[in-house]
Amino acid sequence: MGSLRKSLSGWGRYPTQECITWRPEKQSGLLSDTPMISRGLGRSYGDAALNANGNVVLTERVNRFLEFDTTSGRLRAEAGVSLADVIDICLPLGWFPKVTPGTKHVSLGGCLAADVHGKNHHQVGAFSKSVETFNLITADGKTLACARDGDNNDVFWATAGGMGLTGVVSEMTLQLKKVETAYVTSRHVKAADLDSAFQVLAEEGPESEYSVAWVDCLARGKKLGRSVIMQGRHARVDEISTAQQKTPLQAASRRHRRLPIDLPSWMLNPLSISSFNALYYYRQGKKTQPFINDVDRYFYPLDAIEDWNRMYGKKGFVQYQCVLPNAKAFDGIKSMLEKLASSRRASFLAVLKRMGPASWGLMSFPMEGYTLALDLPLRGKGLFALLDELDEQVLAAGGRVYLAKDARLGAKAFAGMYPRLKEWQKIKSRIDPRNHFTSSMARRLAWVAQ
Amino acid sequence: MSTARKILIIGATSAMARATAAAFARRSDSIYLAARDADEVSRIAADLAVRCQVSTYFGAFDIAQIGSHASFVSHVVDALGGLDGVVLVAGSMADQADAEQDFSLVETMVQVNYLGAMSVLDECAQFLVQQKSGFIIGISSVAGDRGRQSNYYYGSAKGALSIYLSGLRNKLQAASVHVMTVKPGFVDTAMTYGIKGMFLVASPESVGENIVRAVMKNRNVVYLPWFWRYIMLIIRQLPEFVFKRLKL
Repeated sequence: MGSLRKSLSGWGRYPTQECITWRPEKQSGLLSDTPMISRGLGRSYGDAALNANGNVVLTERVNRFLEFDTTSGRLRAEAGVSLADVIDICLPLGWFPKVTPGTKHVSLGGCLAADVHGKNHHQVGAFSKSVETFNLITADGKTLACARDGDNNDVFWATAGGMGLTGVVSEMTLQLKKVETAYVTSRHVKAADLDSAFQVLAEEGPESEYSVAWVDCLARGKKLGRSVIMQGRHARVDEISTAQQKTPLQAASRRHRRLPIDLPSWMLNPLSISSFNALYYYRQGKKTQPFINDVDRYFYPLDAIEDWNRMYGKKGFVQYQCVLPNAKAFDGIKSMLEKLASSRRASFLAVLKRMGPASWGLMSFPMEGYTLALDLPLRGKGLFALLDELDEQVLAAGGRVYLAKDARLGAKAFAGMYPRLKEWQKIKSRIDPRNHFTSSMARRLAWVAQ
Repeated sequence: MSTARKILIIGATSAMARATAAAFARRSDSIYLAARDADEVSRIAADLAVRCQVSTYFGAFDIAQIGSHASFVSHVVDALGGLDGVVLVAGSMADQADAEQDFSLVETMVQVNYLGAMSVLDECAQFLVQQKSGFIIGISSVAGDRGRQSNYYYGSAKGALSIYLSGLRNKLQAASVHVMTVKPGFVDTAMTYGIKGMFLVASPESVGENIVRAVMKNRNVVYLPWFWRYIMLIIRQLPEFVFKRLKL
């Protein structure tokens, strides 16, 4: 099997590093002889799936479905399978992933490694909650069967959120969720300021199985934190139109567009973004009556534009996502939005969401509280200094930064935000004493030794 | 050939074989997947069964073990409940420089790409001739069209396979069994990943889909992607006194 040396980056296109890539087509190729990190579909934003001058093993071709029980909704598949594939195959049979992030172009292995969450975290928890078992290829070449509630469950919880540093997940068993249709009944709620946005998010009706707030982060003063909260739940057959009822589990496919070029970086500026935000706030805020959306439009609006990350220009962007515990969340997020607004750093996308209880994942991101995600183009001086300030604030509030989005967090802040790091490192030194699994992120954060 | 057929894929663990099998399965054909690596082939069989909701079967099969071929083909016919088409994808390509140092690599290439291929296709042909219908697809290579210094052990085995397929096509014509030779150019697979100097690389999915389309049209010799026919036409036309001086 040959390797290919090439420049790689994550979805944020920062940083870019030279890596030695391998692309096996068989299980036996998933583990390389020398230190490595696995990489699924490259949707983590920073350097989680980079290994500068080292091995990066691409799992995209080890993507076989192994078993799908259409009565119980239990799926066994290799880690290279994408959520898009799962939806393509399982949704027409009435099954949908229990937890999905904002893109379906992610591998199952990546979902587990980052223990991703969706718009329903407040009700169902993170991705690991839907995983029953997985097989982990460890550094010694053996395969360890790990069950969430059984054998090797310490390794299970070191791997969920472990960013690929415990081994290679070769296959997993996943419980899917029964749905009646391929549609979502959604409703938008306008919130004039941050206070009312928090109030809406705090209420927990069954109509908001899924819930997320889009925040206009350029609004200042009394309008600070004005948002549109988008709620939804899987639609019942009797709610969709008669035309849709003919094939309730198959929505018409959408046309995909591709962003063919890197937009010049000046195109996204405070003026263009604030005008867009104002327009968006008024138009989306009007949809207060329930309406029917197909799952793609509801869950994956950005997937409709392939390569949308080129919108931020050649230099790329960083996404900053943090979570703050309930008690500190309102004040913390308010002050972050103030800082951002006064620095006139336009974030094109700002998303606020309530999170439910944390999982057992030692390094999992979610914790009970509120999470804020910001896309920030890499431009001008002072961006990283501003983010360092935000880190301090997150740390002081007992919150943490999401590693799947991260490209720049410091080692000290990291150790403070992830208090179970020591426990994790104990398991790591037991199953991978020579740090066969390592990544640029792991070294940056002093997560594993150099 | 609109109803579901019974297809045997030989050498089923390569990306091209998997894509070809998937293209047949999407047309609701039942598939038997044969390859050396029993675990891998079982995974591909399971995958096709879930993705395409067709019946799939699999078995361990070593094309270099010629003595096993007759009983294997009859086992496949039993498992599938018949046989309508065979796709031979099994192939072996060692690096030319390595092969120059180690003749056993050359022997393996001839054994797999040529001798084994003839043996197993002869067995299949016997069954199809009796039934007076069906098809055989042999995956050869553009490398078999003219010997080049960078790849002539592999190329000569594939060239021999192309000649065998041509003869077989000629013979089976009378029995209404169609033989199609496929000559892929560069395909983006594990065999070619990271090799320098690749150009106009095709995805295995497009090659698989085109193989199935071509056999439905009873094509005889197919270059994939199509423009390789013209590239190879030029390469074959070059006079030897010019060609021997080229660094190809």
